[in-house]
Amino acid sequence: MSVTTQEPASYLGAERTVRSWLLTTDHKRIAVAFLVAVVGALFLGGIFALLLRLELLMPEEHWVEAALYNRLFTLHGVIMVWLFLIPSIPVTFGNFLLPLMIGARDLAFPRLNLASLYSYLLGSVVVIVGAIAGGADTGWTFYPPYSAQTPMSVSPILIGVFILGVSSTMTGINFIVTTHTMRTEGMTWLRLPLFVWALYATSVILVLATPVLGITLILVWLDHAMNFGIFDPAYGGDPILYQHLFWFYSHPAVYIMILPAMGVMSEIVCHFSRKEIFSYLAIVGSTLGIAFVGFLTWGHHMFTAGMSSFDAGVFGILSMFVALFSAIKVFNWVATMYKGSIALPAPMLYFFGFLILFSVGGMTGVGVASTSLDVYWHDTYFVVAHFHFIMVGGAMMGFLAALHYWFPKIFGRMYPERLGTTAAVTVIMGFLLTFVPQFLLGNAGMPRRYNTYPEHYQTLHVISTVGSWAIAGGIVLVFAYLLWSVWWGRPVGRNPWGVLGLEWTTSSPPPKHNFTLPPTVAHGPYDYWLGRPDEDDGEPRT
Amino acid sequence: MIGVVVQGASGGSARWEGLVESLNRLYRKILMLPEQASTMARGLDFLHYFEITVMNVVALVIALTTLYFVIRYRRRRDAEYPPRVKPSISFELGVIAGLFSFFILFWVIGFRQYVEMLEAPEDALDVYVVGKQWMWQFAYPEGPASVGILYVPVGRPVRLHLTSRDVIHSFFVPEFRIKRDAVPGMYTTIWFEATRPGVYLGFCAELCGVGHSKMRAGVVALRPEEYDAWLRGRPPMVAQLPGRVPPNIEAPTQLEYQQELALLGQEVAARHGCLRCHSTDGSPHIGPTWYNLYGAWETMADGERVRVTEQYITRYIMDPNFKRVAGFEPVMPSFMGQITPAEIAAIIEYMKALSTEPEVRSGRAIFEGPPLPPFAPAPGTDTIRAGGAGRNR
Repeated sequence: MSVTTQEPASYLGAERTVRSWLLTTDHKRIAVAFLVAVVGALFLGGIFALLLRLELLMPEEHWVEAALYNRLFTLHGVIMVWLFLIPSIPVTFGNFLLPLMIGARDLAFPRLNLASLYSYLLGSVVVIVGAIAGGADTGWTFYPPYSAQTPMSVSPILIGVFILGVSSTMTGINFIVTTHTMRTEGMTWLRLPLFVWALYATSVILVLATPVLGITLILVWLDHAMNFGIFDPAYGGDPILYQHLFWFYSHPAVYIMILPAMGVMSEIVCHFSRKEIFSYLAIVGSTLGIAFVGFLTWGHHMFTAGMSSFDAGVFGILSMFVALFSAIKVFNWVATMYKGSIALPAPMLYFFGFLILFSVGGMTGVGVASTSLDVYWHDTYFVVAHFHFIMVGGAMMGFLAALHYWFPKIFGRMYPERLGTTAAVTVIMGFLLTFVPQFLLGNAGMPRRYNTYPEHYQTLHVISTVGSWAIAGGIVLVFAYLLWSVWWGRPVGRNPWGVLGLEWTTSSPPPKHNFTLPPTVAHGPYDYWLGRPDEDDGEPRT
Repeated sequence: MIGVVVQGASGGSARWEGLVESLNRLYRKILMLPEQASTMARGLDFLHYFEITVMNVVALVIALTTLYFVIRYRRRRDAEYPPRVKPSISFELGVIAGLFSFFILFWVIGFRQYVEMLEAPEDALDVYVVGKQWMWQFAYPEGPASVGILYVPVGRPVRLHLTSRDVIHSFFVPEFRIKRDAVPGMYTTIWFEATRPGVYLGFCAELCGVGHSKMRAGVVALRPEEYDAWLRGRPPMVAQLPGRVPPNIEAPTQLEYQQELALLGQEVAARHGCLRCHSTDGSPHIGPTWYNLYGAWETMADGERVRVTEQYITRYIMDPNFKRVAGFEPVMPSFMGQITPAEIAAIIEYMKALSTEPEVRSGRAIFEGPPLPPFAPAPGTDTIRAGGAGRNR
């Protein structure tokens, strides 16, 4: 590669010692370390999901007894939410790309970034060891008084999640400060790539909401370990107060998961359609709108919990605004393709998967926000299917799309496109097979968190379990060929997709300090109408 | 769209009703919804059909547009750089506003139903439901209490007052389309009116521990005359009713006949010392009199007017400082941890029996004569038995 040899060594090859990886403050190396960790969490959480689905093949108890079943879905929830979905896109692709996309050398606080990595690892170890040694059976929601009274040891998981919260907050602060202070010359707010806007909004939610979670978890821990009775009516506490506090964080947490994925999708649809986003301001406005109104919808988790009808109505209508902003985004993505030049590599297939799954998830969200129907669907498989469509269908599609799109940027090598297409189709189809039957199960009245169920629900459960195997097969395939490609994939030049975007103007993989000279920006991020990008190095495109 | 037609058509000609009914059956089959066995189930399902129809149309439009764009504008040459397209913001605004007006319409219909679901008719029959790990108990004002099976009459509104002895549970009957959490330390309410006799399955919908998936209840809807017979002690012929008999519940269940709840309440109130401060005949004392208290509007020290309901009474017994009634000193102690949910249910029934004209007390009705004689138990039942029914069982 003639281009690369003239430039400084890449961040991967600059230093090769183990120490240089463990003590690195380079955002790119930290991002790669995070990538390894969150993918590990994804596999762990996935194994628990497969075990759950296996038990649900039969209406009666077979392999997994009730107590173990409760522990398994708690672990599945805790690991997937806090170890995978919440950190996934920001700490990996956000960490890697934010400085590259705004033309900076690193994040504003490189050492804070390293501290965030180690808090994440510490929190994960505490959660996983605590889960194996003790084991919580409360569900990822830790509702008291059950979580205060359960004989199992909830404390390690609560403390582990608290530490993970600290990690999230540090990343959030770092991103906000970086976006405000480290934009290169000409990178105005309205020239920011939409992924950066998404990261910015996500960071704001992380910084504002996570402390509430931290406080709440500590209070539950005091209840559980020392009988403080803050949420236990036997001591004069209020269990409903916990639900308000918990969902005040955990509802915005859904947008922590989905907003970065939306940012990834905005990038991908523009670059692979070679079109400017249909309306930049609409996407930015709806991103900030979701971040704002997301703080005011937590009550819709509590329509059956003993809340006044008036409150329920207010939370119902505020939830409709989230659907409104999401609809604006979907409209803009589809309109962006109009009169474009559309290529169909794997990231674009994940975009289509996202469009289907997120639309269905969002529309069923409108269903549950029309308060009366939620009374029926609440705590049934309908809700399970709904949030998996949003969180897995949305955040997971975003993660896989980002992984394929920026894989050549991170490792300087290309993944095999044919396997990429096969895996994408398998994952999306497997997903539909798993979760569409769960909507019907919920319609039929099947409550969630049951390890035994009446026989008439069995057919749908069997279809759902078979679907889960397809998802697992697809995901294993993705990481098998990606791992292979890290070492043996076809080497690429700096811009293998032939796309715009500041991150592609430096070599792939980038040098340690990202840019030899600080770049200057003169145009918006998606101005394809100006013609062929200058930075294109003429490599054959896949 | 079809949903609108369906909604608007109720009460139309017989032909319309036939069409509506077959649409209802078709949708219910496709969506795998259980049968509609309460008065509210049909309205809820029609909103469901309406939403799913609108959303499928929208999803289809998105999918077809995307497919068309992908085929029409696929990349044909590598060096293709399409020109800029000026966005038509008014088109976007139109689409979004159209969609949002549907969202708001769903909310308006849904919220009306939600309010209706929580506001029981005045003549509703009360049943006190207590969840505990891992069973449901149902207590009736007339006396019987049953474990595991809720008996209700068809054609009469039934209001459930739910609470829990330990952790949060949630009572869910799919065929009635109702669900409400049973939270320790407070009463929540929901109501329904069963429309057809049968046996239905009730679930616990809130994770409550190892026995969660087995915490089920039978719900038996009886014809009114059978229900009256059951209240008088005759076991109903459950085997002859349509529906699934829950496998883990043997029918008929054990029934325990005890005193009427109101009488039990009088006993409980005496035992806990309530009557030392609260009179029952309207005479002033340390606390507000219970005469005509239930259902009345009381004035608080800060001027707020609060209606005395099951929730208010429960809350006040647990946490007397949450409100201060005008004209009284805040001297009531909390009974948290000393009084069981069943005892509170009994006290509430007693207070109801003492309240024949709460409107008079509220000052919202004209006083029409001397007060009625205060509540007096029937002869022969007024003896207070130590460890009365419902407590030390």
